Amino acid sequence: MTAHDLSASRLHDHGDTLGHGTRRGYLIGFVLSVILTAVPFWLVMTGALHDAQTTALLIFGLALVQIMVHVIYFLHLDTRAEGGWILMAFVFTIVIVGITIGGSIWVMYHLNTNMMPPMPMPMPPR
Amino acid sequence: MTAQATNAAAAEQRVFHLAEAEDHDHAGGNGATILGFWIYLMSDALIFAALFATFGVLSASYAGGPAPREIFELPLVALNTALLLISSLTFGFGMIEMEAGRARGTQLWLVVTALFGAAFVGIELYEFASLFAEGATPQRSAFLSAFFTLVSTHGLHVTFGLIWIVTMLVQIGQRGLVIENRRRLLCLSMFWHFLDIIWIGVFTFVYLFGVLR
Repeated sequence: MTAHDLSASRLHDHGDTLGHGTRRGYLIGFVLSVILTAVPFWLVMTGALHDAQTTALLIFGLALVQIMVHVIYFLHLDTRAEGGWILMAFVFTIVIVGITIGGSIWVMYHLNTNMMPPMPMPMPPR
Repeated sequence: MTAQATNAAAAEQRVFHLAEAEDHDHAGGNGATILGFWIYLMSDALIFAALFATFGVLSASYAGGPAPREIFELPLVALNTALLLISSLTFGFGMIEMEAGRARGTQLWLVVTALFGAAFVGIELYEFASLFAEGATPQRSAFLSAFFTLVSTHGLHVTFGLIWIVTMLVQIGQRGLVIENRRRLLCLSMFWHFLDIIWIGVFTFVYLFGVLR
């Protein structure tokens, strides 16, 4: 067996077992995402719960779970990559995204509620 | 003679180890590129966060125009979601082919991915065209401005992803799965999966929640 054959066969072993993803990993991720996509669409399209608020909470929860499924099974985020810096950047981004979206909506919602004129504004004189 | 052969073999091994390190753990070889690209993706996530926040704030400002319930067609959105999700899976298969060193297989799966991506963009353009035909243009209300900004930014990303896929098809055709191309494919796969993640936010927050309220 020459060195070339050796390296080639090792590459093969390698692709099937380790590396960035396995066929099994991608399929597990895919099946989970199909379920996590189908359920919210079903909930909203059929109105199965008859309660908009519960449905909303449920679809947001499912979306968060699905995002984590994609990050783990498709982006292969783990704690070791780049000495942990990939994970660190990811966690930092989640915090900023949470503050940006949650904070904006929270602040602007209260602003809208408090600033809403109780009645149509009186016409300016003349 | 034998010593020379051993040396040659050793040299080949060494070169090969470099390749192994690159494709194995992100830290080796070109790890800096992967970390840098990851940070780019995170900054892109912040752009989308700003757009989602804008949409969230303006999502009830109809200005007497159409509400989400009246204009969104969920079956079409479900189809689009399915297309993008399947394209993530086919890209994954492409990466497996790449790691196995099969250039043909990689190209084949990339073509399949690109077809699904193109179908996604096509359906989105069709959806935009029918919204425009109904008079639901970005100028109509703040809600529609925010909607078109957010969704078309995502659509533009997918379009650039498609251009990138075609570029990689040509590069693999010219040079095969050399280490530079593997690195680029790894970045492209991260980009593509990232766009699918953004789409989860779009279909939940914009479409499903919009129809619900």
